[in-house]
Amino acid sequence: MSESPAIDPTKIREVLAHKHGRPLVSCCWDPRDRFICFGAENSAAEGYDDLLFRLALASAGTPDAVVPCTGGHDSWAWSLAIAPDGATLVSGGYDGRLCWYDLAAAAPRAARAIAAHDGWVRCVRISPDGRWVASCGNDRLVRVWNVADGSEVSRLSGHESHVYHVAWRPDGSALVSCDLKGVVKEWDAAGGACRRDLATAAPLWTYDKQFRADIGGARAMTFRADGAQLALGGMTKVTNAFAGVGQPLVVVLDWTGGEPRLVEAKNSGNGVTWGVAWHPAGFWIGLAGGGGGGWLRFFKPDAADDFHAFKLPANGRCMALAPDATRVAVGMADGSLRVYALHA
Amino acid sequence: MARTTNPACRSLEHVVSRRSIVHGFGAFGGAAGLAGIAGHGLGLCGGLAASTAIAETVRAGGKRVLVIFLHGGVSQLESWDPKPGTDTGGPFRAIPTSVPGVHVSELLPHTARQMHRLSIIRSLDTRNGDHARGQREMTSGRDQPAPLDYPHLGAVVARTSAPAGFSLPGHILVRGGGGGAGTSAYLGPRYAGVVMEDGQPPAHTARPDALSAEADRRRSLLRSRMNDRFAGRRRTADTDAYTQSYDQALDLLEQRHVFDVTRESQRDQDRYGPHEFGRHCLLARRLLEHGVPFVQVNHSNYDTHHENFDFHIEQLGEFDRPFATLIDDLTIRGLLDDTLVCVMSEFGRTPRINDRYGRDHWGTAWSVVLGGAGLQRGAVIGRTNANGTAVEDRPVDHGHLFHTILRGVGVDSHGTFHVAGRDHPIADPAKGPIDELLA
Repeated sequence: MSESPAIDPTKIREVLAHKHGRPLVSCCWDPRDRFICFGAENSAAEGYDDLLFRLALASAGTPDAVVPCTGGHDSWAWSLAIAPDGATLVSGGYDGRLCWYDLAAAAPRAARAIAAHDGWVRCVRISPDGRWVASCGNDRLVRVWNVADGSEVSRLSGHESHVYHVAWRPDGSALVSCDLKGVVKEWDAAGGACRRDLATAAPLWTYDKQFRADIGGARAMTFRADGAQLALGGMTKVTNAFAGVGQPLVVVLDWTGGEPRLVEAKNSGNGVTWGVAWHPAGFWIGLAGGGGGGWLRFFKPDAADDFHAFKLPANGRCMALAPDATRVAVGMADGSLRVYALHA
Repeated sequence: MARTTNPACRSLEHVVSRRSIVHGFGAFGGAAGLAGIAGHGLGLCGGLAASTAIAETVRAGGKRVLVIFLHGGVSQLESWDPKPGTDTGGPFRAIPTSVPGVHVSELLPHTARQMHRLSIIRSLDTRNGDHARGQREMTSGRDQPAPLDYPHLGAVVARTSAPAGFSLPGHILVRGGGGGAGTSAYLGPRYAGVVMEDGQPPAHTARPDALSAEADRRRSLLRSRMNDRFAGRRRTADTDAYTQSYDQALDLLEQRHVFDVTRESQRDQDRYGPHEFGRHCLLARRLLEHGVPFVQVNHSNYDTHHENFDFHIEQLGEFDRPFATLIDDLTIRGLLDDTLVCVMSEFGRTPRINDRYGRDHWGTAWSVVLGGAGLQRGAVIGRTNANGTAVEDRPVDHGHLFHTILRGVGVDSHGTFHVAGRDHPIADPAKGPIDELLA
């Protein structure tokens, strides 16, 4: 058994660049480290089967490494989740559907597709024990489903605007959700009750008076491994919503309460934090993308600023950490999926 | 009072200008021709029978134009010319409409059911990506006009379609963001746009609280007597115009309720929805029912360089239901036959989706929607290619659109205005109407 390399984000380097061609919108790393799945903007050439793909890491770079996951969505697959045992991929799309795939099948085809939300499904996340999948969307609902058969477990209502993200606490004790206006709710996933509203992530939301529109929401949300903190990614200090003029932001909430801590990307220009992940070596990773280009940012739990930032070759739109935490994958607007090693 | 009857104050321009200052707007004319309509209590009861009867009265007065201006440039791909399944199509699907074979974006489910009353032009090629120029071109029908060169469509309609004796403003902008009032250029301030900022009544149309009705009446009587005395010795066309402007203003103050959308029934207010654009659409219906020849409602904003899809969900989510309700109401009330409706922007948005999920400015191949009055319904004019990057059939621009709108309300768009000794072509003489869209 090989020894794990020493993690050092300042030594970050590209180890894989898969050129898909169409801009990517979502990605997810197989917990068994065999595949990375990704969603892309659809194209005329391939029709609706050109939406969701599986990249086999062992054969990356060969013509057979990528296969489409077909028969599910008829719009972009915006959010992906893979069960802890690596058996099942669940995707949520702009079409309001959740689709189930046998991840390891030679040619994955949707085994189940359900109309889960009225409008865009913005996030799907599978519980740590692999039993349930939570979804949320523009119908202001959070819904919980059985991974095994797609039956509904609970329907959680209470948000008053589009629900942008959901996350399971690592011990499975709670499900949280965040909406367009930064309202964060903790739910009893089985019973359907809202337990509490956490400290609001209000800095993630702005009503632009000139353009008369809301901009905000958690574009990324995840717990620290010990469940003590919840990190939410988005945009703040918006001065022109429609041009995307604002700062990428990560809001860190303590699970036990207290004021939220704001970690702004001070040196990466305008943009949105599209991805956030906790690294077991003791730091957060944030993915920023926008007018200021794409950046991976690294910051400590108690710090207000990055200890390192890495400029990407294009705008990053989605991010996934490898199960062994040695690499991070970024789906990009230039149609590439790039993998970076977090060590020398 | 002494200043207002100063014989040195002779120019008509000065008279009009002062009138504008005193009353906050200067675009009304004639006597209180719609006093009878006000007397019917339109909108107070929301009764359809009463409204229909009034609609017949209004129809006798002339045709009207309603422009819904989607400021910032609505995406044709997320509205009237969807291209799902293409590299430019974005994530939204197309849905069928009430016209067999015609589809629009799934973001417009209510409007889709009204499309048999409307037509789509999918072949606008205006060759422009500048906001200010786009606003001027689309509302003046001219190529690259300077700001004050040509009158706004509203001024032209007010000049050509306001019935004799019409005492309300003929050209009203209900501004919910976006650009300001349209210019009347050589037509004079009488036809300039009157702004209802955020749907509020025009400024200075209410009697100040400190002035009692009786004091106001006595003050007007004194002014009238002094005017008469002055006119007996030095009457001119200018003094007549000046006197008339005050009488008109008084008539208008009597009709201030026309601008009050809260007088519409609660049921109607609920149908149009609680948000700003819903209130403004209901206000537009109210103004049209009172015979206002030109109403423009701005809806802001669609300039979605960033997260185009999020913002179009939000903005078209506001637009769809009130607009569809308005079209339905105009039809049921018998007003659509005499009211031309146009949904326009300054331009469309790029087929290419940028790296921030945005779409940028694009005037090369985009769409507008028209309906009512003398236009065909349920038609689709022109065609773009498979992924919307070019016009393939029947390219038209703002000039053709301007002619078509005017022809649709019975105006000879190849005619001229004769103003101050000069002839001004009403529309661009180099262009003409889209004949196949005319009924």
